[in-house]
Amino acid sequence: MFESKRYYQLEEKLNEFFIMLGGISAFSIAFFKNVFLPPYEFGEVKKHMDELGVKTLPIVSVTGFIIGLVLAMQSQPVMARFGAESFLPSMVALSVVRELGPVITALIFAGRVSSGIGAELGSMRVTEQIDAMEVSAINPFKFLVVTRVLACVFILPMLTVYVDFIAILGGYAAVALILNMNFQLYVNSLLPSLLFSDVLPGIAKTFFFGFIVGIVGSYKGYMADNGTVGVGKASTSSVVISSLMILVMDMVLVKITLIFWSL
Amino acid sequence: MVVEVKNLSKSFGNHIVLDNISLKISEGENFVIFGRSGTGKSVLLKCIVRLLLPDSGEIFIDGQNILNLSEKELNKIRKYIGFVFQSSALYDSMTVKENLEFPLIRNFEFTAEERENKIRSVLEKVDLAGAINKMPAELSGGMKKRIGLARSIITEPKLILYDEPTTGLDPITTKEISHLIVELQKDLNVTAIVVTHDLVCAHIVANHAIVLKDGKIRYEGALGKLTSTDDEFLNDFFDNEYFEDKNGRK
Ligand SMILES: Nc1ncnc2c1ncn2[C@@H]1O[C@H](COP(=O)(O)OP(=O)(O)OP(=O)(O)O)[C@@H](O)[C@H]1O
Ligand SMILES: [Mg+2]
Repeated sequence: MFESKRYYQLEEKLNEFFIMLGGISAFSIAFFKNVFLPPYEFGEVKKHMDELGVKTLPIVSVTGFIIGLVLAMQSQPVMARFGAESFLPSMVALSVVRELGPVITALIFAGRVSSGIGAELGSMRVTEQIDAMEVSAINPFKFLVVTRVLACVFILPMLTVYVDFIAILGGYAAVALILNMNFQLYVNSLLPSLLFSDVLPGIAKTFFFGFIVGIVGSYKGYMADNGTVGVGKASTSSVVISSLMILVMDMVLVKITLIFWSL
Repeated sequence: MVVEVKNLSKSFGNHIVLDNISLKISEGENFVIFGRSGTGKSVLLKCIVRLLLPDSGEIFIDGQNILNLSEKELNKIRKYIGFVFQSSALYDSMTVKENLEFPLIRNFEFTAEERENKIRSVLEKVDLAGAINKMPAELSGGMKKRIGLARSIITEPKLILYDEPTTGLDPITTKEISHLIVELQKDLNVTAIVVTHDLVCAHIVANHAIVLKDGKIRYEGALGKLTSTDDEFLNDFFDNEYFEDKNGRK
């Protein structure tokens, strides 16, 4: 009896999961259908970008600095063991630019932003504001969803570039403490090892991550029901889903860039 | 605008809310819908503007079956429809002014000055000129209701659906709002569908009334005749001194 009950729960969960994947795909298609149609709500996009930037800047600054610092501190003894200590600045810069900067920034962004969008749109849904927009002949998807997704897509790469710099600075803080290296030397030793093919894919993938955060948050909010309970659920589940999707997407994109750049 | 509903049914799960409803509302009529809480009055209004899709049936606005229209064609009609939500549904991230401006900027080509004038005049109509720069969160329930109404009439629609426009308002404001509904009908020949429990409001506005019960239309006709039937439910529903008094005197 237990077995069968668990089996049904599992089946239900799986069903829900696939329904959600289908919903998110449909939502993405609707995004591309709407994004090129006038009227363009540039003002709204800019307003959301401002909000998102202000909301996430403090936390990504602190995190970025600490990531760089800890990475250098942890790697230094290992690299010293292999006699490769002089590569420490390059190691920090490459790890940050290729992987840690984009992914950590995206995960923090997902935590702060996806839940915010989920809650905002969720409460607009349950208080009938979305219906009000629709009935006054204004496309709520375009006004609410497209503008938020665009804001995420544009702001996350900027944040990532910023976090990359901060993390490299954090790395310097550690290097300066341990190796007594000056800043000039630090920069000079990491710059030559940073290639275009390290920087570009790292930044490029954050466009996808930004898209995921925006779409998942919007989807969860837009589809919310059950009053305030629905709003709470929309905001927490959007964080979980978007973080997971970012990691899966990262795996896929890393594989693709590796193939692409080894041709 | 003329609204015609044919054989409309709508259920949620296995809960049948509207069961084969048909009605016709002619141009410039004030059509009042009564019914106990939870009988599907709001659902009916939402079906009429296609915010909810019915399970079966047809809805014609000015002769066009709106269920078959594309989003774009539907929006052409919706530009001339106003909807006053039971919950007000003000955009809570915008000020009162931005709420009122929102449809004006996007659907019509008015200059900034024309918009200002419209906003001012519509706020005066609902007696809230002082609230122009307030956020919805700073307004009382009744004030929200009136701003919601202002937002729906600012575009000068030809058809307005009012979902309990006077619930929660004091008796004086109730009368003012009811007279405003009549005024819109008289001056602009607006067709109005008014869901209400408020007999004062109904008395002022109604040209025609229906009563919904168990998903069906239980009564249809003139408001004054509602209590002269010997239907037990109707007598119970309208067992109100004000109503009887009025009837007696008539
Ligand atoms: N989105 C929905 N999902 C499921 N059931 C719904 C939904 N909307 C309405 N209902 C159900 O439909 C029925 C009618 O609801 P409706 O809001 O139309 O009532 P109403 O007549 O407007 O009541 P009131 O006078 O209290 O506003 C209710 O029983 C409600 O539970
Ligand atoms: Mg209702």
